Amino acid sequence: MRLLRTPTLDLPTPDTQVSDAVTEQRKVIIDLKDVKKVYQMGDIEVQALQGVNLKIYEGEFVSIMGPSGSGKSTLMNILGVLDQPSSGEYYLDGVNVERLRESQLAAVRNKKIGFVFQSYNLLKRTTALRQVELPLIYAGATNRIKRAKAALTAVGLERRMDHLPTELSGGQQQRVAIARALVNEPAMILADEATGNLDSKSGAEVLQIFQRLNEEQGITVVFVTHDPWTARHSKRLIMLRDGKVVADQPVPQPLKAGEQDRPSEAAELEAIFQNTYYGGSKEEFN
Amino acid sequence: METFRIALVSLYANRLRSILTTIGIIIGIGAVIGLISLGRGVEDFIASEFESLGSNLLIVFASPPKSPTRERIEPITTVEATDLLSLPTIQYVAPIHGLIGNIISGGETFNATTYGVTPDYLVVRNYAVRWGRWVTADDLESKARVMVLGSGVAEELFGEDYNPVGEIVRYLDVPMTIVGVMEKTSEAAGENSIAYIPLTTSQQRLAPPFRARTRDGGYFLDALYLQATTEDVMDEATRQIDEYLREAHNVQFDGEEDYTIVNQADVLDALGSITGVLTIFLSLIAGISLLVGGIGIMNIMLVTVTERTKEIGLRKAVGAPSGAILTQFLVESVVLSIIGGSLGILLGWLMAVAGTILVDELNLRVDLDAVVFATSVSIFIGIVFGLYPAWQASRKNPIDALRFE
Repeated sequence: MRLLRTPTLDLPTPDTQVSDAVTEQRKVIIDLKDVKKVYQMGDIEVQALQGVNLKIYEGEFVSIMGPSGSGKSTLMNILGVLDQPSSGEYYLDGVNVERLRESQLAAVRNKKIGFVFQSYNLLKRTTALRQVELPLIYAGATNRIKRAKAALTAVGLERRMDHLPTELSGGQQQRVAIARALVNEPAMILADEATGNLDSKSGAEVLQIFQRLNEEQGITVVFVTHDPWTARHSKRLIMLRDGKVVADQPVPQPLKAGEQDRPSEAAELEAIFQNTYYGGSKEEFN
Repeated sequence: METFRIALVSLYANRLRSILTTIGIIIGIGAVIGLISLGRGVEDFIASEFESLGSNLLIVFASPPKSPTRERIEPITTVEATDLLSLPTIQYVAPIHGLIGNIISGGETFNATTYGVTPDYLVVRNYAVRWGRWVTADDLESKARVMVLGSGVAEELFGEDYNPVGEIVRYLDVPMTIVGVMEKTSEAAGENSIAYIPLTTSQQRLAPPFRARTRDGGYFLDALYLQATTEDVMDEATRQIDEYLREAHNVQFDGEEDYTIVNQADVLDALGSITGVLTIFLSLIAGISLLVGGIGIMNIMLVTVTERTKEIGLRKAVGAPSGAILTQFLVESVVLSIIGGSLGILLGWLMAVAGTILVDELNLRVDLDAVVFATSVSIFIGIVFGLYPAWQASRKNPIDALRFE
């Protein structure tokens, strides 16, 4: 197996700035301003997020990485409007989420965010078509079946529309979930370890779909993962540690899903880790 | 609409559990429907039995006074009967003069009660003659020695389906010609084992002296059946009869009345209220099983909500507002209870049909209002006992719900 060495970490700083300047022109989808999150666990206060500043632009493909306890999940919940920051501001597609009532939050989740979860979270005993139709029902949308079919076609499941989750492979189930995330044309897709339950082949297929949606349709994708290999398929990497952003940089030469086999050796993974990311400890990813 | 579909799909997916859950409701509603139907059937039965006695009926008979200050009892007399007929509220007066004795026909002997009657008795009591004829005015005039047999008497003496008209029997040592046989009467009337003879014959030919003449110059009577002109004047008629008899029997003080006036409507009302109370009481007991059924639904809904925590989280994540979740689970419990209620109505109806088949006298039916009532009750139960689980579902935190395994 070929060693994956991509020694491009030492990109010149001006380049980054140039790319930043370009992105400034684009629409800001996610804008976090000094977001903090404090949990009360009994007598102990846990500072899950300690002031996160983050801008994600339309059409970006971003990975958010970090070891367990880094605040990754908390950030993901806040980005997904499933949770509210303790302080700071979160603008999603220009809307200040803090000011919204419960029903409005539900509407934001419905219209602006498409979730893809590690465990697919499909409804039992429900056909693929009905799964994909679900967000449209809550949106009160018309033409639901037609739109659901289009979304399933976009993920290559046009022949599996009447199948139940039990009749689909893991990869297919996750594609149904992606179609469900897509169907309401959200401002972004928020994927939480979306390939975590899949074998490398199915994982690659799912990544391919995300990349294609991002490339061809300019859909903003935010990938929360702890897997460096997966993260290397995105265009920008945000690294969290101890509730803070410790690195935020473009991924040099993002991988195209399915073109290279995932290295199986720990050493190779370490190599990827070393070459791609900040200088944290590798144990964090075990 | 969509919520209904989701609820039905989910209930169908767990059909065994759904059915088991609804058993409480099925039994409860079935019992309520069955008991309401039974109560009404009994009420109808009693009412129809009383109707068969004749309508707008008042009965007057001599009875011991309540007050110990008077011991003497004056009999009801034919003079009084004639006077009462002149009351504006009274349409018919049918007097009875009773005797007891053996009717002998060939080898058969029947210990019978005979009523001395007038032609009007047939009208007032709403009876019908099966064979031959009834007592006529001519019979009264001539104190004829003729007899009309109750169906039971005829059966005892001559066997079933034998027409004995023209046969001669001996009654109190007097030979009498049978001129008619009655149709079978209702059980409540209980006159199948009575034989009828002309009033005058009974009073003047057969009665012992103490049951014959009275002091006012008339003849002794046991009872009067009076038919009021309409149902509305029953109370007025009762009052007028009381006024007349008070005078005729020289009653000075309340409680010294030596007669009783029975108003058929009052008896019917009293019986109706008894069966009504019984029906309500039984329905309350059935209501307890409804309560148990409702708790069963709540229990299962709570289990369902916990089981589907992840589904709730997912629905919230894709944009379901709390209200939609609440509605979904509420609809589910209401659908469950309506299904239970419908099956319960079916069960109650089956019980009513079975009751009708098993008990001849009862004609049980399930009325629309009972069905409407039962359906409303099941919907109410579904809402009341589904509300708490649905509320629990709706306020689940989507983050915790999604993480739930």
